Amino acid sequence: MIESVPTRISHPTPKLDQNIMLFVRLLRAIGLKLGSASMLEAIDAAKTVGVADKDFLYHALVSCLIKRREDKPLFDQAFYMFWQNPKFHERIRDLILPRIKAAGHQQEDVEPMLRRLSDALANPPDDPPTTAEDVEIDFDTEGTAADTDRLQHKDFEMMSAAEMRHAEQAIANLQPKLPRRSARRSKLSSRGQLIAMRAALQHAGRQGGMVIPKFCSVITKPRPLVILCDISGSMEHYSRIMLHFIHALTSNHPQVSSFLFGTRLTNISRQMRHRDVDEAVQSVSHLVDDWSGGTRISASLETFNQDWSRRVMGQGAITLLITDGLDRNRDDALGIHMKRLHKSTAALLWLNPLLRFDGFAPKSHSVRTMIQHVDHFLPIHSLQAMTDLTAILAKMQTRRDTKLAEWQAAARRASLAADLAPAHAKEPGYAQERGHTA
Amino acid sequence: MLPIYRADILQNLPQSIDATTALLASEGYVADRALSTLTFLSLTLNRPIFLEGEAGVGKTELAKVIAKGLGRKLIRLQCYEGLDASSSVYEWNFAGQMLAMRNGTEQGDIYSEKYLIKRALLQAVEPHPSGPPVLLIDEIDRADEAFEAYLLELLSDWQISIPELGTIAAATPPIVIITSNRTREIHDALKRRCFYHWVDYPSREVEREILALKAPEAGAVLQAQVVDFVQTLRGQQLFKSPGVAETIDWAQALVELNCVALDPQIVDSTMGVLLKYQDDIGRIQGSEAARILSEVQAALVQGELSRA
Repeated sequence: MIESVPTRISHPTPKLDQNIMLFVRLLRAIGLKLGSASMLEAIDAAKTVGVADKDFLYHALVSCLIKRREDKPLFDQAFYMFWQNPKFHERIRDLILPRIKAAGHQQEDVEPMLRRLSDALANPPDDPPTTAEDVEIDFDTEGTAADTDRLQHKDFEMMSAAEMRHAEQAIANLQPKLPRRSARRSKLSSRGQLIAMRAALQHAGRQGGMVIPKFCSVITKPRPLVILCDISGSMEHYSRIMLHFIHALTSNHPQVSSFLFGTRLTNISRQMRHRDVDEAVQSVSHLVDDWSGGTRISASLETFNQDWSRRVMGQGAITLLITDGLDRNRDDALGIHMKRLHKSTAALLWLNPLLRFDGFAPKSHSVRTMIQHVDHFLPIHSLQAMTDLTAILAKMQTRRDTKLAEWQAAARRASLAADLAPAHAKEPGYAQERGHTA
Repeated sequence: MLPIYRADILQNLPQSIDATTALLASEGYVADRALSTLTFLSLTLNRPIFLEGEAGVGKTELAKVIAKGLGRKLIRLQCYEGLDASSSVYEWNFAGQMLAMRNGTEQGDIYSEKYLIKRALLQAVEPHPSGPPVLLIDEIDRADEAFEAYLLELLSDWQISIPELGTIAAATPPIVIITSNRTREIHDALKRRCFYHWVDYPSREVEREILALKAPEAGAVLQAQVVDFVQTLRGQQLFKSPGVAETIDWAQALVELNCVALDPQIVDSTMGVLLKYQDDIGRIQGSEAARILSEVQAALVQGELSRA
């Protein structure tokens, strides 16, 4: 070690230790995960840079106590309140040291506390109940096992704001297992099926020339996932929760490309990669301006096929199409674009919240057209449906399910029976149609 | 026992935050307060630096600059999927060993340093004449998670054990800089051992300073215009905003084209230097670029007037 490093024993301001300790405890109380090692480090750092300049102290503490970018805004608020506001300082001492319920501070509005900080202080994460009052809260039905169970099957559309928040939390904890495909390369494994020549020879070199066969097995890689989500008026109640769902998929999977469409198509893959789900949803809402408007499924699919399909559909990608399929303007090209989409992906899953009704039948023209070109047709209206979906994704069969075949047959019958469709609407081949329109 | 470094080699570390800023600046790296504080702390307290940020904001550059400024050797480990111990730590020269056995030329042990191929991490814990080296572990998010676990041991004990040879420990730890592009989350245990810094896009003033250092051939007017244009682009919700590297490239490209001030045509024809996605280029090129440019020019003139 270098001699100039100040040791932990000799220091000019004994109060600094205490203050930093208090500050770290404040940060813990508002949800940052900090061990005592980080605290010692922070004390070391603060002494190395000195306390003469508040700016230096700030940056020194940032380097030791921030390990994720998302924590920075919270840290900034806490730093501001703690080191610049003596009244707050005293209050914190009262709040954190005895760990009394933090709700009391809101009445005394000496200084309006910044929102996230006060939110965090009001509900400290996994705070063990200390008083009788706290224990009582546990008997409330909110958050109990039965409540969660009920929530599992409840339609998102029917949920209250509080239930929605629970559902969002549940989605964040979903940890979906996603489809995989076999890769070209293999890895060593004693139970493998293939002989690994190179490893066998390398091993032989170590063993003095005796060749003992080594085995390897094929490794699997996650398949890319493409999500196309409808945010038009008819999907209004679902679009926010779907964003949470997409975010959960994106954070568990290296290659998710997500798109929103109402009247136009927007790529939100990059926004969804924000670690903080609220921030991700926030930035998407800034980006997209066709919330709850009309639907132009056909045009959006066309844009996707033209601009994005080749770029994001590589390596056996699986596509999730989240829409209710209701499109008021009858567009005859819809079948062609669906067919194109279906052909460029390994499997096309249509997730339709309308499937919550038992008596669902493909009645509308657009639904009838689209259902011909999908491999799976699944509900997405409740937490249970989402969990089921992730189970299906985990062991992705490309085989179509039987219920779908029934619906498809029904849709075909309906199309025939109606027999209103003129000849050109009966989906001629894509190339043919393109040649025709060109 | 490995040789201990002479005191003067270790003493040339900067002694204050301002000295750190000056050291980085002397090698053409403009660091803000936060980054120089972090660098200073890491050098004095012997902790690794963990840098995260968008591509092209100068994460890798920091390691190069520290190595150059302190006169240390830079050892770079570029991470990729499937990176394993034999390509990052050490490997035995099996072919050499087999030949030696067959010819009977080797009198001593075939597991000696002679047959040891040292990779980046082993090189980093070894003593170097110029002082402990700078170890750059680049884009760690591309490596497998198992590799992170291996790094944990190295970063806390600074030693590598080779079963056939024994343990090799660093007398003084190297200066370690880890960068990540955030394609996946790095485990907390690794981050805990490091000083963390999110490298953001620089502010207008800092970026002008950077351009003045990196593209001095460009005139002051061009520099100001380029910086303002890029700063405006970053606020445009693009798929990939241009980083500092792109700003420098653009300024240099404009100098090559003998351009003294931006005009809509030159902006359009050099847009590919700045933006790397067709959709972004399509959105900005043409009328949007002209609009931003006229805004930038107006703002600059306004600034001139208010100063005068």
